[in-house]
Amino acid sequence: MHRVAITGLGVICALGKNTQEFWTSLQQGNVGIGPITAIDRSCLRFQNGAEVRDYNPHEYFQPKHADLMDRFAQFAVVAAREAVKDAGLELTPEVCSTTAVITGACVGGQTSEDQGFYDIYRANRNRVHPMTIPKTMANAGASLICMELGITGAAFTISTACSSAAHAVGLGYSMVASGAAPVAVVGGSEAPFSLGLLKAWEALRVVSPGTCRPFSKDRSGMILGEGGAMLVLERMDSAKARGVHIYGEVAGFGMSSDACHITHPSSDGAAAAMQRALSNASIAPERIGYINAHGTGTEVNDSTETAAIRKVFAAHADRLAISSTKSMHGHTLGAAGALEAAAAVLAMHHGVLPPTANYTTPDPACDLDVIPNEARKADVDCCLSNSFAFGGLNAALVFKRA
Amino acid sequence: MPADDLIQRVRSVVAKNKGIPEDAVSLDATFADLGMDSLDAVNLLFALEEEFNISIPDQEARTINSVRGMVNGVQALLEKKSAETGTSG
Repeated sequence: MHRVAITGLGVICALGKNTQEFWTSLQQGNVGIGPITAIDRSCLRFQNGAEVRDYNPHEYFQPKHADLMDRFAQFAVVAAREAVKDAGLELTPEVCSTTAVITGACVGGQTSEDQGFYDIYRANRNRVHPMTIPKTMANAGASLICMELGITGAAFTISTACSSAAHAVGLGYSMVASGAAPVAVVGGSEAPFSLGLLKAWEALRVVSPGTCRPFSKDRSGMILGEGGAMLVLERMDSAKARGVHIYGEVAGFGMSSDACHITHPSSDGAAAAMQRALSNASIAPERIGYINAHGTGTEVNDSTETAAIRKVFAAHADRLAISSTKSMHGHTLGAAGALEAAAAVLAMHHGVLPPTANYTTPDPACDLDVIPNEARKADVDCCLSNSFAFGGLNAALVFKRA
Repeated sequence: MPADDLIQRVRSVVAKNKGIPEDAVSLDATFADLGMDSLDAVNLLFALEEEFNISIPDQEARTINSVRGMVNGVQALLEKKSAETGTSG
């Protein structure tokens, strides 16, 4: 098995339109949550979301090209572009033919689909835009990344709700570690602000009418977010031979299924994913210094995740620090696993742990050190990133400092 | 005290939603008594909104955990609605 290095990062989300802006916001505890502007929100019970502000597709794509891409696919390409450039990856014919591209997407091109349905059901038109299908398909991000970069290796999309991008990063890690691909561009993207989808979230009653306050006693639900995040993974030996900057190492990946309930999480399933990731990384739980928690800010997730962490880490749970950066960039669904992996890797790399923002009141059911409101300097050797999906499909990633 | 027909309609929605006989839905039953989990509760709130053409806010929904609480909540929302629209019933 090969060791796997992270050599490139690309991010676009409510906290910034590149990795540097993202990291600066995380350190400062900036919150990217505000009134939703993408749609008329007057008929919605919740009002706030974490949107990418001042995003003009034409700054990134030719107008004709942009018209062929849903917002979620644009975010995938924008993030992948930055990650590949950051990694200094030379796209030779050999690299292109062997590199893997794996993207996560939960809801796909909702904005495009919603528009098509609106045209038919509401506007009584008899036709929809001819690009509705290719814009809506969940694999559009992966396909467009390959087309833009000329990558012809293995490419596919994983859709496991809120774990999608974590599964994508984990699968890319497995492919590079096993030798199936020398390089993998992995991550996820999402743009869920269409009225039809927001009404569906409203009906599930898990979105906060205010803001996202993970682990806080007065938490009132999640806040949806949009964006994209991509990582370039490659063999550690070739990264070192290239002399390229290495952010860290993907050291382990664990998956599990709750096999329990379609929306209610199980602490056993979450604990199993973390245990398997630690065991895959061959490290003792005591080496983990930071966990980027799934931390959605719902009543049930945060207490269940706390119980799962206590189960896995026992007494060490009181010595490690955790935070939910969803308090700042919202829950980006199919992008979340990659966005939060990037946050965890940057935290370890820079020795600064991002806070759980919007925190007001301790909850006995979430009694871990959640780094309330202020980032903290800390020397962390290994960290963990958790993703738990509706449907009970869990993924955990272990990162090691390079 | 809510009208009998309002109580009956709420009990009927609960029974249908949970797939149990109406007799089993007493006014004093809690959601726990009825074996309801969080997803059952969300589905029930939707069914009540449909039945009475009301919108039940999340915060109010969260505080309710019994059939009686639900009947009172629905009644309050119906009264609010008729006050806003100026019509009765």
